[in-house]
Amino acid sequence: MTDPQASPSPSARPRLSELLGGVRSELPIVLGGIPFGMIYGVLALAAGLNPWQAQAMSLIVFAGSAQFIAAQMMGAGAALPVLWLTTLVVNLRHVLYSTALGPDMRHLPRRWRWLLAYLLTDEAFAMTAVHYANRQIPLTYKHWFFLGAGFIMWAEWQISTAVGIFLGAQVPANWSLDFTLALTFIGIVFPALQGRPSLAAALSAGVMALLTFNLPYKLGLIIAALTGIVVGVLLENTSPTSRNLRGSGKFPGSE
Amino acid sequence: MNIWIAIIGMGLITYALRLGPILLMERIEIGGTARQALRFVPTAVLSAIIFPELFMPGGTLDISLGNERLLAGLLAGVVAWRTKNVLWTIAVGMAALWLLQALG
Repeated sequence: MTDPQASPSPSARPRLSELLGGVRSELPIVLGGIPFGMIYGVLALAAGLNPWQAQAMSLIVFAGSAQFIAAQMMGAGAALPVLWLTTLVVNLRHVLYSTALGPDMRHLPRRWRWLLAYLLTDEAFAMTAVHYANRQIPLTYKHWFFLGAGFIMWAEWQISTAVGIFLGAQVPANWSLDFTLALTFIGIVFPALQGRPSLAAALSAGVMALLTFNLPYKLGLIIAALTGIVVGVLLENTSPTSRNLRGSGKFPGSE
Repeated sequence: MNIWIAIIGMGLITYALRLGPILLMERIEIGGTARQALRFVPTAVLSAIIFPELFMPGGTLDISLGNERLLAGLLAGVVAWRTKNVLWTIAVGMAALWLLQALG
């Protein structure tokens, strides 16, 4: 995979090179994510869904955490409104992603926005947001990067769900491949930590995530993210020294 | 509970959360502070995902030399800082984790 922040060499086929860049950026995460799809497949069957329903949930909902929780709730016979409310809360963080990417997607035709919204997972957001933040690369074809990143995560989730449903989950846990998610995120966040506001945003979000870790339905993630955002903005606006660093706190090239 | 209705409802809710703001941004012109706040979203969200992965690998806080993911993650952070390269960060982080697990 290439560094998503690296400028791609001018290509005769900019759409294809953006698309492949998006795919490549997700490859390590794809590797680590496969066991989760398989475990979901097994869990869904155990909860009483038939194979079609289990696969359809991956296709229609396409949100890992929410699917895990929903399968458990279905197995326990939860009421529909409770299940839907839980889905709403667990997936609330996507509003943040959608809001953050929205301004850069204004120029896209409707059909592109409808498609990319369907593919907007945590992982696709992470890599795409970094790519969009690099202002040295023109916006023109960046939605192809988004498509590549979103599609490869989608394919991974659908296939690994099917494998879990039909073959079961037999992945040696001690390979620790799930750690690639954290490592990939470290790889894109750490270089972006320049200046006090961004450092404070990262630290406060991280510490708040630890403090709220035991809250249900991923609420802690939202609280932590909002904390980091508020701290970052406050510091950037109040500290006189950081005014000169405006433009830091975001990702490289976003100045 | 009708499972199909449950799944379709979940899908609509999730899709609305993902699509709604993107469509709203077409009409709303966002100003200085909001734009500023949005630029912190990736840093804040990703940090909120990273910290528990490193500090709470078993679900409880573990700040000790026995926490292999914390040590490997910190080393990966140094690599990320110096190289600004995601692939190197992953390679060094995974190698460190496997080594620590083999030693432990």
